[in-house]
Amino acid sequence: MEEESDTRKINNSFLRDHNYATEADIISTVEFNSSGELLATGDKGGRVVVFQREQESKSQPQRRGEYNVYSTFQSHEPEFDYLKSLEIEEKINKIKWLPQQNAAYFLLSTNDKTVKLWKISERDKRPEGYNLKDDDGRIRDPSTITSLRVPVLQPMDLMVEATARRVFSNAHTYHINSISVNSDLQTYISTDDLRVNLWNLEITDRSFNIVDIKPANMEELTEVITSAEFHPQQCHTFAYSSSKGSIRLCDMREAALCDKHCKYFEEPEDPSTRSFFSEIISSISDVKFSHNGRYLMTRDYLTVKVWDLQMENKPLETYQVHDYLRGKLCSLYENDCIFDKFECVWNGSDSVIMTGSYNNFFRMFDRNTKRDVTLEASRENSKPRAILKPRKVCVGGKRRKDEISVDSLDFSKKILHTTWHPHENIIAVAATNNLYIFQDKIN
Amino acid sequence: MFPKGTKRKFSDSGEEPVSSGDQVPVAPSVAARTLTSSYSLQRQALLDMSLIKLQLCHMLVEPNLCRSVLIANTVRQIQEEMTQDGTWQIMTQALAAAQCPTDRLVATEVLCRQTDAAAQAGQSPKPFSVVGLEEGYHAEEVVMEGDVETEVTMSTLSPVSPQLSSASYLAGPFGMGPCWEEEDEEDGECEEDEEEDSEECVSEGEEGDRDHLSADSRTGEQVFGTFEIKHPVPPPDPALEELFSDVDPSYYDLDTVLTGMQSAPKMGPYDLLESLSSHGPTALSSSSSCRSDLNELDHIMEIIVGS
Repeated sequence: MEEESDTRKINNSFLRDHNYATEADIISTVEFNSSGELLATGDKGGRVVVFQREQESKSQPQRRGEYNVYSTFQSHEPEFDYLKSLEIEEKINKIKWLPQQNAAYFLLSTNDKTVKLWKISERDKRPEGYNLKDDDGRIRDPSTITSLRVPVLQPMDLMVEATARRVFSNAHTYHINSISVNSDLQTYISTDDLRVNLWNLEITDRSFNIVDIKPANMEELTEVITSAEFHPQQCHTFAYSSSKGSIRLCDMREAALCDKHCKYFEEPEDPSTRSFFSEIISSISDVKFSHNGRYLMTRDYLTVKVWDLQMENKPLETYQVHDYLRGKLCSLYENDCIFDKFECVWNGSDSVIMTGSYNNFFRMFDRNTKRDVTLEASRENSKPRAILKPRKVCVGGKRRKDEISVDSLDFSKKILHTTWHPHENIIAVAATNNLYIFQDKIN
Repeated sequence: MFPKGTKRKFSDSGEEPVSSGDQVPVAPSVAARTLTSSYSLQRQALLDMSLIKLQLCHMLVEPNLCRSVLIANTVRQIQEEMTQDGTWQIMTQALAAAQCPTDRLVATEVLCRQTDAAAQAGQSPKPFSVVGLEEGYHAEEVVMEGDVETEVTMSTLSPVSPQLSSASYLAGPFGMGPCWEEEDEEDGECEEDEEEDSEECVSEGEEGDRDHLSADSRTGEQVFGTFEIKHPVPPPDPALEELFSDVDPSYYDLDTVLTGMQSAPKMGPYDLLESLSSHGPTALSSSSSCRSDLNELDHIMEIIVGS
């Protein structure tokens, strides 16, 4: 990391009162837009909250660009599939921003089955003085209209509107785990457990199935797709990860159905650490291209790996996220934590990577200096504008002061979702129902 | 739940591969034998746990596919290994010889199939109170009830986990709740129990168990079931149920054995103690709320298995 870990300051830590937290308040995704001006969160209740960064003011330099709530809207509602007698949760699985092209902002949000395109726009003027309508919008009696007038725009209080512009539904039989907008800005992919579909952002009634790994006989199913993403620059290339720990790179120019990958990234299993849990812990929960498009980062249960697109047989770098859990895999299997899906992110320059862990801990790895740090996002241990202290988990032996033992880690407090500002050292970390925004210390 | 305070002594850990290094002077053959038997017990426990998880998955209309596939692969892996060392065959043969007593963990089958409990004539209905009992205690009760075990376990489950009756977590036609209500009405003996919701009265004969054991002659493969999104719950395989019979409560030592089996972790004696004591339920069980939907069920199954 260019900056020392302890130079991070808490900028903000809020969202909803801890005491009123319900299941619906649990944050299920968090994402900066391409300029970093906006930050969106989605939650289990189907809501999207968008935060906007304050304009910097010279008078209060310590309040450098805090994020305030900009817009809140209900993106998805709970639905019921009558054919399957099945409830469709409203939980927002992923949010992806479209690059900004005009004054309005666009984002895609998805639950298990349906992707929606939302437009978020500002309005600070309203037209007044229509001829046929009065100010309340009611049609005027024609007999009362005696003269013509020119409607005028009058200033009003700023209003932020969110409108659903497109609803992309009925294309997924399984649960959508990821969406990714293409660099051509016209298409995106939505991925479920067994298929990847390609959509045009303008067309909602049809999509193209580009990957399908569903076996004819479902009893033969041994592998699922866990995540997929478009290459940041090459609009024909995308990668998808699997529950067997491999990543496939596909080229859409080769065939309409990308059943054959053009690259296959997989690390041979180390026989010395083989156990019954080997496959489960090697299942990839997230895959992300670096901003420059040269690398792929994958997160599995215990590690985060960086792959060079030119080297398929092993990862370039492997970072241990919480290796002290290796001895506890059976318990983690028993309580299902082993199936938790941790995400991972790059910083703006692809030099640092970040991912979450348990006990509200999250980890950062500097790829150049090979230094790593464990930080904690919690109300108890951090106050606004305080400097974060690095945390240490003690592995066996004597526990030193300030260290936490593996046994006292709280496995219900997990950081699954994080995001990094595209240009600056600002990160947003979702810890259950709290959103923490940390930024570099200002000198 | 695991009994607390059953911290093992250092000397016991001779069976642990970790410590069977230079320092522990155990005769190799003895050590190897203990190691093998302990390993197979742990493997058995892991298999039991996986099967329960898998069957709970099958109850859902739309399970988390990734999770069910990973669990099914784990079961396959264990099965493969057991087939290789012959354990699997012994189990299935034992079953074929009809030497399968009513198994306390047949309960899992009840969870996963539509047993028309009301249709089965009740021999000795036993009211069974759950409320007020500590987890560990009632788990014990459940297991000790020789002939009523299946249904008793069921009745234990139903009040503890309200989701069981919630349609959203169950396959459509799979209604357990109503079953009990009917039965409550039929059983005169338990009328007084109806005053308390928590007390369920049940009746079950061994006949019932034998019935579905003979009725189901499905192969082990079918346990993996299909991951199709569909309603019918595949009846579980008796061969696999048989495997539940020797569940070892010490499976929380699995971590050390299974993950350390083939590897040689560098642990000092101090570390070993630390790791052994760390297998207590305190740290990890506190996270039981993290998966609110299934975990409660899993937790109950833990009780049954872990007793």
